[in-house]
Amino acid sequence: MKKEIIISGFGGQGGLAIGKNLAEAGMDEGLNVTWAPSYGPEMRGGTANCSVVLSDKPVGSPVFAHPTELIALNEPSLEKFEAGVQSGGTVFINSDVVTDKVTRPDLTAYYIACSKIAEEVGNPKVSNMVMLGAYVAATKVLNPETIEKMIQEMFAGPKAKFIPLNIEAFRRGMACI
Amino acid sequence: MQKELWKGNEAIAEAAIRAGCDCFFGYPITPQSEVPEYMSVHLPEHGGVFVQSESEVAAINMVYGAAGSGMRAMTSSSSPGISLKQEGITYLAGAELPCVIINCMRGGPGLGTIQPSQGDYFQATRGGGNGDYRTVVLAPSNVQETVDFVQEAFDIADQYRNPVMVVCDGLIGQMMEPIEWHPVPKRDLPPKDWAASGRKDRDHHNVINSLYMDPVVCDRHNDHLAEKYAEMEKNEVRWEEVECEDAELVITAYGTPARIALTALETLRANGIKAGLFRPITLWPFPEKALHELAAKEHVKAFLDVEMSSTGQMIDDVRLAVEGQKPISYLGHAGGVMPTVEEMIESAKKALKEVK
Repeated sequence: MKKEIIISGFGGQGGLAIGKNLAEAGMDEGLNVTWAPSYGPEMRGGTANCSVVLSDKPVGSPVFAHPTELIALNEPSLEKFEAGVQSGGTVFINSDVVTDKVTRPDLTAYYIACSKIAEEVGNPKVSNMVMLGAYVAATKVLNPETIEKMIQEMFAGPKAKFIPLNIEAFRRGMACI
Repeated sequence: MQKELWKGNEAIAEAAIRAGCDCFFGYPITPQSEVPEYMSVHLPEHGGVFVQSESEVAAINMVYGAAGSGMRAMTSSSSPGISLKQEGITYLAGAELPCVIINCMRGGPGLGTIQPSQGDYFQATRGGGNGDYRTVVLAPSNVQETVDFVQEAFDIADQYRNPVMVVCDGLIGQMMEPIEWHPVPKRDLPPKDWAASGRKDRDHHNVINSLYMDPVVCDRHNDHLAEKYAEMEKNEVRWEEVECEDAELVITAYGTPARIALTALETLRANGIKAGLFRPITLWPFPEKALHELAAKEHVKAFLDVEMSSTGQMIDDVRLAVEGQKPISYLGHAGGVMPTVEEMIESAKKALKEVK
């Protein structure tokens, strides 16, 4: 099993955090993982992306041109990375931000209303957790319980009040698939 | 042991603290700014001293002062900043002061780009400053090695009274990977009885100096340094060979390109091409003997050197080691562009085709 995932969006949409969560959960399940961010001026207002590898074998290259999955949180990301996705791969789109559709017939596309669902749950900031839920449900590469346990550890102590919100967002994302 | 997900740069800083780093002097520059950032928060918590200097030149000279007084001192920067530190590094080598210098390499020349690169190989391995000197140069290719090597670097520096560099590229500094904080080998270290740490009951002053006006004395000093470098060459050389036992095509690469090569090897082997990887872990001392012996093997037909450099720099050391026994091809990019798995496969096939 080897997943090579690109997560891309505007700085501030939580794309890099989705990647970190996937890497962290993958590590918790005993997988070999890497998380490599793009870094540079694009993080201040433009498009920021990260590359994540989840693999049952040691990870060689942490960067790649042909992801198995693309998570596109804005239009420039879909434009930039769709062509590179492996044939038979999957594209996850935040349909509240991206109006374009996936054009390639050999790809599976999921359009998730992340922003709308996040607002329904109570905080627009958790739209990335909605997307994380969708990814986990569609790929079945990680156990949802691992993610929920991770959320609980992430918001331990004074931040504990954010746990139900994030778990709810994650579950709503899973339910989209 | 519990695995933890760490970002390369932050892991470098934490590793230094765990190795007993007393003092850190640095100046921010992408892609290594998380090192001073982490140090600024956490080194003082452990009783250490953090100073954000007014410049890189100031930082390396603060290292000189701290190391001269017997402290474990470190600085970090990225390529243009490391260039600025060269004067200080040659003074540290000349005065025989142990310290650790991190170079999280970015594209050059000049200001270049903030993206990952390996264009500082010559500077690191030949001694970038003036005079005859060498520094041990450790080149990790993942975050685990990075934290292990940073910790060991302090001991190596103290053992030889010499600066030690850890060079990684911007990607290793920026990426996150699971690591274990397992114990690293510790060395029996000589006391720092040379340190200018206050005379107290000593019957003489300790003097930290790199100036020898008398040519005969300076010549002798250089002979002494050369003996020390010979010891390092004997004891500190490290490398890794992956699937080289039957390899017809051997990729030589370090740092990030070496990891990309591991992915390329999988495809090449799956296509029936016997490919292997020779990865220098110390860039200086270079694993010359091991590579020479590998090149002499009958099954080895050709080498492909891969670097994040447009002209190729390590390839000179590869040539010196291979000594014309087998042909050497080159694949390289600079300016922040990384060689891809696909290009590596293509170049490997081409290199092999040319000799068959």
